[in-house]
Amino acid sequence: MKINVTINGETRTDDVEPRTLLVHYIREMRGLTGTHIGCDTSQCGACTVLVDGLAVKSCTMFAVQADDATIQTIEGVATDEALHPVQEAFWLEHGLQCGYCTPGMVMTLMQVLERNPNPTEADVRRGIAGNLCRCTGYQNIVASAMRAAETMRGETR
Amino acid sequence: MIPAAFEYHAPKTLRQAVATLRRYDGEARVLAGGMSLVPMMKLRLANLAAVVDLAKIDGLAFIDETANGLAIGPMTTHYAVESSDVVRRVAPILAETAALVGDVQVRNRGTIGGSVAHADPAADLPAALLALEATFIVAGGPRRRTIRADKMFVDAYTSALNEGEIITEVRVPAMESGTGWSYQKLANRASRFAVVGIAALVATDEAGACTRARVAVTGAGPAPVRARATERYLVGKQLTPANIAKAAARATNGIEFLGDVHGSPEYREHLTAELTKRALTEASERIG
Repeated sequence: MKINVTINGETRTDDVEPRTLLVHYIREMRGLTGTHIGCDTSQCGACTVLVDGLAVKSCTMFAVQADDATIQTIEGVATDEALHPVQEAFWLEHGLQCGYCTPGMVMTLMQVLERNPNPTEADVRRGIAGNLCRCTGYQNIVASAMRAAETMRGETR
Repeated sequence: MIPAAFEYHAPKTLRQAVATLRRYDGEARVLAGGMSLVPMMKLRLANLAAVVDLAKIDGLAFIDETANGLAIGPMTTHYAVESSDVVRRVAPILAETAALVGDVQVRNRGTIGGSVAHADPAADLPAALLALEATFIVAGGPRRRTIRADKMFVDAYTSALNEGEIITEVRVPAMESGTGWSYQKLANRASRFAVVGIAALVATDEAGACTRARVAVTGAGPAPVRARATERYLVGKQLTPANIAKAAARATNGIEFLGDVHGSPEYREHLTAELTKRALTEASERIG
């Protein structure tokens, strides 16, 4: 099936099988390997991308369902000049150890902070309930989210 | 994990969707948000000749306030329900329950119609919809029909929908003013599904006697059910801790408890009574 998908501003038409998962389309056909496959059972969130502005697990969606959609992956988050505030905060707060879950964490937190710019730590933890970190580095991930929220509200430390 | 090959259809109208389903004679399934169907296909628990995606049909995602309550389109996502001011005002238990489904990503795609039609025995929304006495408008059969919530959930993964039928609307009666509500669940830590979940609605008269109680249990048995014995016990009584405890103990009546890796039948039985007590307690505190 022919699908037309815009990823990080680049639109392409590709021929996919209906059973091709969106994550495989992104990684293998579009060459964007920043989106990770962790559990492959819709639980870990490493494959989270934004589809038409909504955080989704790309292992739980067929590429054909993304026909005519606009997708943002981790590669489209920073500009040439600057990291996104969420990325910057992960760097400053040591929000990653092995880094495997990080792309999904960043994509989910962008959604969480967009919907709630002034979250409590509990709000952040609820927000990333669908993202697992097997280094169990949640403390610093939450600290990163809180710092990113401050930055995005225009506050500085 | 990659599903077995299938044909994909994304019809533009409900009529075409129904015709496509009929053509495959039981070998095709409706795809709504895909939060259950896609994992089942990946695990090859569902091997289908075709999938009929409802996403390209206009007008299936809506939340309208009606004279009696709400009309909600089947493709309305859990996020749309949880964040809707209208739902929060007219049927707050539904918004609160939707907010506890899965995680952010699942709520962004999972739909109310999909949750009902899939009839997962551990799904959250069926409990709230049972307690609210919701009804479902269904198309695709010989004639359009209405199914009551207490007739919809037949068995594990089995709804009252016939082959080729599609839910076109969920009707939710408004919660009467003064009704207290609560949804309590013990969530599986990974999937967030309810090991057991309890939805409770209670109302009292001026003297504090219970005039109406509606309690529904999910996760405990093969299908979500109303806890009628609990409801009957409460009506006419004061909502004291002692009466709530006695009523909650009756919530286990008639349930054939499931046992699996997430909990033994005995554990689910204990949870059903305990969470019913907590739900009734919170609901009684919220009578306003």
